[in-house]
Amino acid sequence: MTAPAEKPRLSREHMLDLLKQMIRIRRFEDKCYELYTQEKIRGFMHLYDGEEAVAVGIIPLLEKRDRIVATYREHGQALVRGVPMTTVMAEMYGKQEGCSHGRGGSMHLFDQATNFYGGNAIVGGGLPLSIGLALADHIQRSDIVTTCFFGDGAVAEGEFHESMNLAALWGLPVLFVCENNLYAMGTALAISESETNIQQKAACYRMASEAVDGMDVIAVEAAGRRAIHAVRESGKPYFLECRTYRFRAHSMFDAQLYRDKAEVDAWRKKGPIMHLQGWLQANQMIHPEDVPHMEADIDAEIAEAIAFAEAGTWEPVEQLTRFTYAESIFPANR
Amino acid sequence: MQQATTQSGIIDTSYREAVREAIRDAIKRDERVFLMGEDIGRYGGCYAVTKGLLAELGPERIRDTPLSESGFTGAGIGAAMAGMRPIVELMTVNFSLLALDQILNTAATVRHMSGNQCGVPLVIRMATGAGRQLAAQHSHSLEGWYAHIPGLKVLTPATLEDARGMLWTALEDPDPVLIFENVMLYNMTGKLATDAGPVGIDKAAVRRTGRDISLITYGGSLWKTIEAATALAAQGIEAEVIDLRSLRPLDDATIMTSVTKTRRAVIVDEGWRSGSLAAEVGMRIVEQAFWALDAPIGRVCSEEVPIPYPSHLESAAIPQTPKIVAAVKAALGRP
Ligand SMILES: Cc1ncc(C[n+]2csc(CCOP(=O)(O)OP(=O)(O)O)c2C)c(N)n1
Ligand SMILES: [Mg+2]
Repeated sequence: MTAPAEKPRLSREHMLDLLKQMIRIRRFEDKCYELYTQEKIRGFMHLYDGEEAVAVGIIPLLEKRDRIVATYREHGQALVRGVPMTTVMAEMYGKQEGCSHGRGGSMHLFDQATNFYGGNAIVGGGLPLSIGLALADHIQRSDIVTTCFFGDGAVAEGEFHESMNLAALWGLPVLFVCENNLYAMGTALAISESETNIQQKAACYRMASEAVDGMDVIAVEAAGRRAIHAVRESGKPYFLECRTYRFRAHSMFDAQLYRDKAEVDAWRKKGPIMHLQGWLQANQMIHPEDVPHMEADIDAEIAEAIAFAEAGTWEPVEQLTRFTYAESIFPANR
Repeated sequence: MQQATTQSGIIDTSYREAVREAIRDAIKRDERVFLMGEDIGRYGGCYAVTKGLLAELGPERIRDTPLSESGFTGAGIGAAMAGMRPIVELMTVNFSLLALDQILNTAATVRHMSGNQCGVPLVIRMATGAGRQLAAQHSHSLEGWYAHIPGLKVLTPATLEDARGMLWTALEDPDPVLIFENVMLYNMTGKLATDAGPVGIDKAAVRRTGRDISLITYGGSLWKTIEAATALAAQGIEAEVIDLRSLRPLDDATIMTSVTKTRRAVIVDEGWRSGSLAAEVGMRIVEQAFWALDAPIGRVCSEEVPIPYPSHLESAAIPQTPKIVAAVKAALGRP
């Protein structure tokens, strides 16, 4: 980004694009849920339902050369970044046409073409990685920004604090995006943190920071623009806490014993899609046919992705030990 | 420690419930015992092992922790040194890597470094193993790796009796004990005596007797090995199946007695083959029973690859019954 462009862009076209990107993630994941119950998708699967405004508000602001590090809850990030829905879906199926050759599945989406560095299923594990990516860019005097997404739970890990310190100490171009959805599996923030204001943690590392309503995509986008501009101009890290909520279970194995349905329902009313749609209606920026049109487009894309995944192929078992080293220095099964 | 087999009654239970009962029993038995770990309380345990225990036993005894594996494992070590008997649950072996420093550099060394002034009577439980399509970062089997470390004891309960009985014995041990619960066993159901209680942890168990070959295994692979032995019996091959139960220390005597009798051995281990526990067991057989052997020792281990997500590749990566059968036939020179 060259212009600071502090003011939010509120054109109808842009607003509808944000809405469409959020609906695209939502509908894709609704389908994934269905496919999971049909056992097309297996293993652990974590849905982004409720948190779409974070990825949609931030990722489109990044340049093509910028880098992204995400967690196991990363379908939304991958889709917004431009990893094709076809290869994402094939990956969820475990087919070799998937973006990680089928080896990773839902939690390990990788895509070199879009500088998408995964899909890390170890909580906090992506943070030190983002420091290294940014260190390389720093040494090479580039203006690339590395954006690292992680949850509120990760903030309790040592790796979070080590990464924050290193980024600030060495002046590395990292945008830390904490997706604070108030829970780490069943552990509420207040049970996990002595200081529940996560944004404040940046201060003790002398890092610029901001907290934003993560259910409001316009606010996230405005904050994201400030943050990315600051990182790109200064080469220094920035901490952005997005306050959001996950509507669904943590993964497909969660009975949700730790929260009331009423709490979830109350948050649903503040959902990012409803929020933006309501705002557009109130400002007469949306026509009744807009959303059905978007949904039709999106559903066609999803149908194509499913067809792609279904038509995909299983990697032959003879290739089991591939991708362990750059070249197969060990003969198979040695 | 006696095996509790007095027949006051038999119940239908599961491995998961047996572990839960062991935790409940230990906490009720000894006021110094408490459990801490991630999502063990309000969430009910990532594999539902501790479901209901928070309501029953309260937050002092069932302590939810933040995502701070190194921190709370270290806290368990400290609390153990100061007179408590903590059980630390590390969710899975995959996340134990974030606590590896505390386990290896503190828990395993303190007794020695302090010239026996301090000990660490701590129990660390964790789930282990592949088989649920959880991909490379969530499918490790590193128990053999931990068995490399002097100062630790490493247990691998594979039966309901051991799931129920090993915990208390481990808590009574003056040194750190790691208990590995294979994820594929939690749903295993079966019969258990109502008065099942503590079991010994220093002997391997012969789970099936046979004259033709010794199959040496542990944990989740035990049942695949027994299945292989049953299939082999139909073809006239009688395999003896040894459940190691403890990977450190290893019960050499039981292994050598069996191998000396059968003169052949295949080791089944879900760890990767290179530098595996299977390698250690094999080498001990070579050292102690070489002259009794009639054939090279065989091994069925995981393939040398991170565990892939797709089902067919995951299955091919870890030991399976047909591979065990094939290894036995190779050792016997049978088609
Ligand atoms: C080091 C580590 N410990 C434990 C886990 C198990 N686990 C997976 S997700 C999760 C909760 C993480 O919560 P948070 O960081 O807030 O992200 P969210 O799932 O809410 O997006 C836990 C405990 C893990 N994957 N990695
Ligand atoms: Mg969270």
